[in-house]
Amino acid sequence: MSERLLIGTRKGLFDLRRDHDTWTVAGASFLGDPISMLLADPRDGTLYAAQALGHFGVKLQRSRDNGATWQECPAPAFPAGEADAPSVSYLFCLETAGADKPGWIWCGTIPGGLFLSKDHGETWSLNDALWRLPERKEWMGGGFDDSGVASICVDPRRSDAIVIGVSTGGVWLTDDAGASWRPSGGGMHAEYMPPQRRYDTTAQDVHRLVQCSAAPDTFWVQHHNGVFRSTDRARSWQEVTAIRPAKFGFAVAVHPNDPDTAWFVPGVKDECRIPVDAKLVVARTRDGGRSFDVLTEGLPQANAYDLVYRHALDVDASGTRVSMGSTTGHLWLSEDSGDHWALIAGHLPPITCVRFC
Amino acid sequence: MAQVVFTANLQRHLVCPVQTAPGNTVRGVLDHVFAAQPRLRSYILDDQGRVRKHVAIYVNADRITDNVGLSDLVGDQDEVFVAQALSGG
Repeated sequence: MSERLLIGTRKGLFDLRRDHDTWTVAGASFLGDPISMLLADPRDGTLYAAQALGHFGVKLQRSRDNGATWQECPAPAFPAGEADAPSVSYLFCLETAGADKPGWIWCGTIPGGLFLSKDHGETWSLNDALWRLPERKEWMGGGFDDSGVASICVDPRRSDAIVIGVSTGGVWLTDDAGASWRPSGGGMHAEYMPPQRRYDTTAQDVHRLVQCSAAPDTFWVQHHNGVFRSTDRARSWQEVTAIRPAKFGFAVAVHPNDPDTAWFVPGVKDECRIPVDAKLVVARTRDGGRSFDVLTEGLPQANAYDLVYRHALDVDASGTRVSMGSTTGHLWLSEDSGDHWALIAGHLPPITCVRFC
Repeated sequence: MAQVVFTANLQRHLVCPVQTAPGNTVRGVLDHVFAAQPRLRSYILDDQGRVRKHVAIYVNADRITDNVGLSDLVGDQDEVFVAQALSGG
């Protein structure tokens, strides 16, 4: 099981370690600076931290000594002279590009671009095929000014097969490492759209998309207006209506070895975004979404106004340890797949990203 | 040559001492600064070379008017001051 957690917050990066059954904050970096995303590359141990500096733009930091020191490397940027004059405003997600492509990193951004580095972040190139999709003009901001590529799932069987989630812009697939893209099949619906467009695949607000490592044809989505699941590699989606106490939320995590087990943190839709009845709960399914356990043990059940952002829920490689961090700076961890939770840090800045490593 | 001064808050992220640089426009002056310190560019300008939304550039006491082309004129005795706009957080 993972013995380390990296936490990205509104005011820096926090490094938590497990020692004698106790989790403690072992270090902090970039205090005062917003961290939008973290990546621990299991292929070579490199750590990456994406920053969203309020005045000075997005930055990318890299550590090759396990977080002891960090060096800034160039952040993804749109080519000068690009039509519509885009500029990256947020590094939304970072993922490794596959075991057979050491040093290759994918980055999703706001506005909704996808960038690839083949040299540990030294240089980045915009994925032109995705950026030039005619349908991209239909993408919209969902809470941000512009659309964003919030999720990147690289197939563990074949690294050229990638599925991304766009908020707002649907799910998109490539089988040729991004040379061409196609929208996922239907099944999702967006209640906030005009009736004629509700099932439009490019109109879906995919808050978070995750893929089961051991059964990569299974995906889960926490969508703006519900939970969806695909068992045919995003060719079709089925709504999961048994989720409770609410179908709205941002985060989802799937068990790495069991495609039927997934965790969610429901909240009150739409702009309200607080726990139902001010009780923070985790919803877990173990049967592919037919039923859900509402997990409360160790979580605040009164006056809780925590929101768990889309990248702030994670499960480790064993599927047993689960952690989540909230907008109030509380960080919880479960050692038993969510049955019991413990508060392991209570006064952190608002949490954007939780990553086991 | 114009004198170029950066907000102290920028010094937290990278070294950018007071310096002099040639050039007749803000763009010209800053291009010389960036040539010597390439990493500084992305802190001041966005991907398209525009002044970042929350950065303000002054020539002496006057805020520049061209945040896209940075064509405001700069004289030899002028000071280019790169400030951060104030915001909360």
